[in-house]
Amino acid sequence: MTGYIFSLDGTALLRACPGGVAQGLIWGIMALGVFMTFRMLNFADLTVDGSFATGGAVCIMLIMKGCNPEVALIVSFAAGLSAGLATGLLHTLFGIPDILAGILTQLGLWSVNLKLLGGKSNQAINVNLVTLHITSNARYLSRTIIIMVVFCAILISILYWYLGTEQGSAIRATGINPKMSRAQGINTDGMKVLALALSNGMVALAGGILAQFQGFADANMGRGAIVIGLAAVIIGEVIGESIFKKGMSFILRLGFVVVGGVIYYLVYVLVLWLKFPANDMKLLTAIVVAAFLAVPYLKEKKKNSFHKVARENKKSGIISGKGEE
Amino acid sequence: MLEVIDIHKTFNPGTINEKVALNGVSFTLNDGDFCTVIGGNGAGKSTIMNAICGVWPVDSGAIVIDGNDVSGLSEHERAPFLGRVFQDPMIGTAADMQIDENMALAARRGEQRTLRWGVTAAEREQYKEILKTLDLGLEERLTAKVGLLSGGQRQALTLLMATMKRPKLLLLDEHTAALDPKTAAKVLETTDKIVKQHNLTTMMVTHNMRDAIAHGNRLIMMNEGRIVIDVKGEEKAKLTVEDLLHKFEEVAGRDSVSDRMVLS
Ligand SMILES: Nc1ncnc2c1ncn2[C@@H]1O[C@H](COP(=O)(O)OP(=O)(O)O)[C@@H](O)[C@H]1O
Ligand SMILES: [Mg+2]
Repeated sequence: MTGYIFSLDGTALLRACPGGVAQGLIWGIMALGVFMTFRMLNFADLTVDGSFATGGAVCIMLIMKGCNPEVALIVSFAAGLSAGLATGLLHTLFGIPDILAGILTQLGLWSVNLKLLGGKSNQAINVNLVTLHITSNARYLSRTIIIMVVFCAILISILYWYLGTEQGSAIRATGINPKMSRAQGINTDGMKVLALALSNGMVALAGGILAQFQGFADANMGRGAIVIGLAAVIIGEVIGESIFKKGMSFILRLGFVVVGGVIYYLVYVLVLWLKFPANDMKLLTAIVVAAFLAVPYLKEKKKNSFHKVARENKKSGIISGKGEE
Repeated sequence: MLEVIDIHKTFNPGTINEKVALNGVSFTLNDGDFCTVIGGNGAGKSTIMNAICGVWPVDSGAIVIDGNDVSGLSEHERAPFLGRVFQDPMIGTAADMQIDENMALAARRGEQRTLRWGVTAAEREQYKEILKTLDLGLEERLTAKVGLLSGGQRQALTLLMATMKRPKLLLLDEHTAALDPKTAAKVLETTDKIVKQHNLTTMMVTHNMRDAIAHGNRLIMMNEGRIVIDVKGEEKAKLTVEDLLHKFEEVAGRDSVSDRMVLS
């Protein structure tokens, strides 16, 4: 035990933090995409596991072909749009349930992504040959973080604006009350497709940024992305609400999605630093997300349960003669 | 204004749950008609409303609103013609959105949802004025989430939303049935006021015979997916609850009256 404690190197933790922040910001963008479907549409979209890797693959392959990295990101975004479009059409046009529609697209994307990567499971760029603004190179890490913070702020502002427009309001209404939305002339199927496309666009954009950051794309890079995205959304909400209570405005909600991503990655760094095996991280994430999703449900249940009624009836003796002595 | 021509609708055809819900329904409403609709549970009142709204396609028949054949249009495509208030106060509004946002959604019924602001400051002022007419103090709570309102308040708001953008046809499906008597009376009074003010062509389903008689210039009674009574004008004005019960007995048989008509 003492051996283990002494083997931990405090400065190593400090050195790992900036990288964690940068990755957290990147995953925060991905989580904004998840927020759009999961919170606005009430749609748990599993497409993202595929579209995240698609974004990475598109970006890396284009850069390898000599494309400007920023332009490559735009193409990643577009690729994500079409992935979301596929899921949206499967769901609205063919009536396939939401989770299943996402899984089908995700599965299909696996093959697409391998094809994009030229049949290999990963492809790396030679980081010495291209100038990347976003890179895990320790020398430029602080610049990368600044760029990412600014980029996240811009994206949050755009999202805030968009969800406040007529179209964004229609998307929100569709998620909250589809029947009412149709009665008000909103094309609910169209809004779902639109939101799914935009969401996956953001996810693929994040995938492209991560690929630039690490200098490679991997067919597996999106595995479990939905859960990480949900973790960021939920962690952000819990923290935001505990700080701002009822005063949590919409723009803060969006901001805290990214904060959630950063905190998730800082915890990730910490857990790795504690020599937790990296492969167990997904299990840990799954447990944390399950716990956070379960808490509101269990809280409600505790307030409102058969057990509670039985217990209280017993205590109060409302049924004559059967009360506690 | 509204022409309903020989509508048929069977749910779950070919299964043991097969249900002929509409069995040849035809009627015409003139401009400015206020038609009340009564009938026992399961008579098809909500179903004819849903058919007009295009919740699903009918099996056969046509629906013409203001000269437009809408039979082939989907629900959101017909929405520009229609204002609707549902029985369940939860259905007519988006709980997680603010009062002004809900009203703004309704104000854009039938329009493209563009990238302009969802609610403008000018609109907010306008909404305040409209809300004042309800006399519920909602004009002070413009940015409150609708989920915080009571059932009666939500229903009144839904009514405003249904009529802000003048519909060709206002459809009210037992919109006061879920409210306590006092609130129900108030919402009904507001309904009358709004309908009169804008001279709206209206269909109102109610299970209260007295309300059905007291309101409107036309009364339709449904039974087993058909219209069995259709009175208007003078005849409607002179109608009593007794008359209605007699008429219903004639068409539906003596026993059905006590069982299925809900009187209050
Ligand atoms: N979507 C549906 N699917 C199956 N059956 C339905 C559906 N809507 C209505 N029905 C059936 O059609 C009949 C008429 O229902 P409805 O129009 O709701 O009656 P009411 O006159 O009480 O409003 C009922 O037997 C009802 O169960
Ligand atoms: Mg009904």
